[in-house]
Amino acid sequence: MISIMNALIFIVAAPFIGGLVAGIDRKLTARMQGRVGPPILQPFADVGKLFEKKQIVVTPSQHVHTLSYLVFIVASGALFFAGGDLLLVIFAFTLAHLFLVLGAYSSYSPYSFIGAERELIQIIAYEPMIILAAVGMYLVTKSFFVWEIMASELPLILYLPGVFLGFLMVLTIKLRKSPFDLSTSHHAHQEIVKGVTTDFSGPMLGRVEIAHWYENVFLLGFIYLFFAWNPLIAIIAIIVVYLLEILIDNTFSRGTWQFTLKSSWIIAGMMGLVNLGVLYYLSAVVPA
Amino acid sequence: MINNDKKPDVHLFEGESLITLPFLILFPAAIAAILLLVPGDTWRRLIVQAGALIIGIASLYLLFITPGAGQAFFPVTGGWITTLMFIAEMIIAVFLIYLGIKHKKYLALFLVVAQAALLIFYETSAAHGAHIVPDLFIDQLSLIMALIIGIIGSLICVYALGYMATYHELHPDVKDRRRSFFFLVFLFIASMFGLVFSNYLPWVFFFWELTTLCSFLLIGYSGTGEAVNNSFLALNMNLLGGIAFAGALIYLAVISPGGDLLSISTLIQSGHVVALIPAVLIGFAGITKAALMPFSAWLVGAMIAPTPVSALLHSSTMVKAGVYIIVRFSPVLTGTTEGLIIALLGGFTFLLASAIAISQSNAKKVLAYSTIANLGLIVACAGVGTYKLVWAAIMLIIFHAIAKSLLFLCVGTVEHRIGSRDIEDMTGLIVRMPKVAVMMLVGIAGMFLAPFGMLISKWAAIEAFIDAPFGLIFVAILAFGGSITVLFWSKWMGKIISVCPVAELVENRISRQKWIVLSLLTAMTVFVCLAFPIISSHLIEPFVLSVYGQTARLSQDNIIIMAMMLFLLMIMPFSLLWFRKEKNIVAPYMAGRPATPDLHFLGSMGVQRQVGLGNYYFEGIFGEKKLFMAGTALCFGLILLMGTLTAGVAL
Repeated sequence: MISIMNALIFIVAAPFIGGLVAGIDRKLTARMQGRVGPPILQPFADVGKLFEKKQIVVTPSQHVHTLSYLVFIVASGALFFAGGDLLLVIFAFTLAHLFLVLGAYSSYSPYSFIGAERELIQIIAYEPMIILAAVGMYLVTKSFFVWEIMASELPLILYLPGVFLGFLMVLTIKLRKSPFDLSTSHHAHQEIVKGVTTDFSGPMLGRVEIAHWYENVFLLGFIYLFFAWNPLIAIIAIIVVYLLEILIDNTFSRGTWQFTLKSSWIIAGMMGLVNLGVLYYLSAVVPA
Repeated sequence: MINNDKKPDVHLFEGESLITLPFLILFPAAIAAILLLVPGDTWRRLIVQAGALIIGIASLYLLFITPGAGQAFFPVTGGWITTLMFIAEMIIAVFLIYLGIKHKKYLALFLVVAQAALLIFYETSAAHGAHIVPDLFIDQLSLIMALIIGIIGSLICVYALGYMATYHELHPDVKDRRRSFFFLVFLFIASMFGLVFSNYLPWVFFFWELTTLCSFLLIGYSGTGEAVNNSFLALNMNLLGGIAFAGALIYLAVISPGGDLLSISTLIQSGHVVALIPAVLIGFAGITKAALMPFSAWLVGAMIAPTPVSALLHSSTMVKAGVYIIVRFSPVLTGTTEGLIIALLGGFTFLLASAIAISQSNAKKVLAYSTIANLGLIVACAGVGTYKLVWAAIMLIIFHAIAKSLLFLCVGTVEHRIGSRDIEDMTGLIVRMPKVAVMMLVGIAGMFLAPFGMLISKWAAIEAFIDAPFGLIFVAILAFGGSITVLFWSKWMGKIISVCPVAELVENRISRQKWIVLSLLTAMTVFVCLAFPIISSHLIEPFVLSVYGQTARLSQDNIIIMAMMLFLLMIMPFSLLWFRKEKNIVAPYMAGRPATPDLHFLGSMGVQRQVGLGNYYFEGIFGEKKLFMAGTALCFGLILLMGTLTAGVAL
């Protein structure tokens, strides 16, 4: 059943988990680069400091967009953890990102403008694969509802290996890791400064950061679904996947948008589609 | 989705409301005739507004007289009506032949003659034995169509009053033929009503041809070379469909000399063996009218017409007639190879037309390709034709009609104020024309964003396709096509809301009528999202139930969640009231270059330049030429395949 309790737990706990993951991420990245790195709790201090800054804006509507971004990310994550319809979660997630893009568009800076365009390219690069992942889960469990997928005893990962690999690929885009950190990056500076977030500052930037934490927790939750039949394996899988993402982030240089779009559509799309095609064929030939 | 296996309850009907259906056909036609005679602008305004109001009210009245389930029939006695229609068709043919000769369009000439010959053959030999009494009918599908035509169509007529006045001020070179313009528009509406209410196929065909004629004349309104060419393009393609339709009539008259199968209601229930060939022929006619690839060129070319005509063609008339007839026949198409091919045609059109829309910066062209894409999706749903998909298809028809008419009228308004219909020139529209910009944003959101209508339908379509035969192809098409849609709408939205420092307010001199129409359409876009569970349970589900014996709907949980999302989305803008007090407003980031408040900066070589931002259009990947070629080849191949299959069945 839809669990409001789980949604509330997500709303309260996700920023802490997300911040912690970001801290560990930074520490590991630093170690891979031969640096000592900041303390694990540094992201909390950083975001806290943002909220102490004086707010300056280019246009007041930036507030509306960043606030909507946060609200809808939280809403779609809460819907996911409550066990709602996976497709609706994905659409709400897209809606949230649209607000980030609009926030970047609303300032007339060339840097955030290009960031916005690139963010849109990233959306169309990853969204089909995420929908295909949801469709794959439906083909195995016969339900789009997260709570029913969770309750399924079937090891989804064995049915959906191609879909999972494709999902990992677009996960790199979503986590804003190299080579796909086109629109904005965790690393210090890129050719378009900070991309979509260029003209956000102070508390407004803090909001965007927190939304990103929520988002990451939601994405890790999505990985959990593939392994839901065994929680222990699931948690190990999440840790392994995240470590892998950090490794990828540190070993690849940033690609172009063409590379992002083509690779995610062709490679991820193909792996996902072939996997789904096999499942579809089997379910048509072998009645359950 | 929840299946509902209730059996439809048989509904007996009374003849009490017999007046309404013919009234809705004849009244707009009468208004049209009056408008042709009335010379002055003042009278025209009065008549158009009164006429539109009455048509709107009469179509709303249909809500109360349509039976809760099943179809109600109204036999129309008088064989002379059919004869009169035949004579009218011949007169139209002669008129078209005259125009064809005048403009030296020999292909059109050939097609007109071919179609007229088929008709004469049908009238003189094939239809001889027919003895059935033609009738009008109404069920929920006709009702939905009638509401769309009656409400949106008449709103567009009212809007056209103000638009055409400005149009002629701005284009002094175009001859003022507003009398025939409004005549045609109302005739168009009358023939659309006729099309959705007729049960007797020869009548459907007559109204079908009338819509072809009206659109042809309206597209060529300005009389320039390009307009004439594009109008003949539309005519040719639609005549091709008309020929297929006439072929279906002859086929039916030959296999059932009594003429029983000439009723849509009988034909649909007569099974694949009998009904498949006419369904495919009429489906082909529907494809040409709905401007699917390879026939999409006529609808793109039709944007040469004044904007209210585009709004009419794209939302409530013409293309909707094409998808209406395919949805009507989807019970026959479902489960057949031919149906699957029609669906694939729709699916590929959806994918490719969406992709082409990315590369366009002309707002009307973006809208045109988006219409083609959505029609493709509707046909894809109707072609596969399971009950869940028909549900999704009807939802798409409703939502698309409202949002698209709103968008066209917004673009028309903007075009008259800023003198351009290019999206690149709409930078900062939110400052220059705040109210219209907000309406445009609502319209765009209505086209692709959760929890608005089109997205609900796309979502339902994904869920329905998974369980349908060969559904995975369509799921993939929807997953990729849906994301593509996000790209071109969002970058348009981005253009509107980027707050350019040099923008000035130009939102004056927009007539009250225009405001009323735009506001009503905006309100309707939001309203149908709130009311869609009611629309679904009262209009769509009874129809699907009566045709398929089971129906689909969204689950209760999802409806509640979407209502919450919509609510959240609607209150978000109010946070601006709180943030409006923001005092620390700074210039956008310019990488530390010294820039003036209106964003001039010192460029290289000491030249003062102003910041200009342009969207990406990805011409290399999503170029119109390349994708259109691919789409034409692909869809033409599919049509050939379908033709071969059908011919194989026929012989």
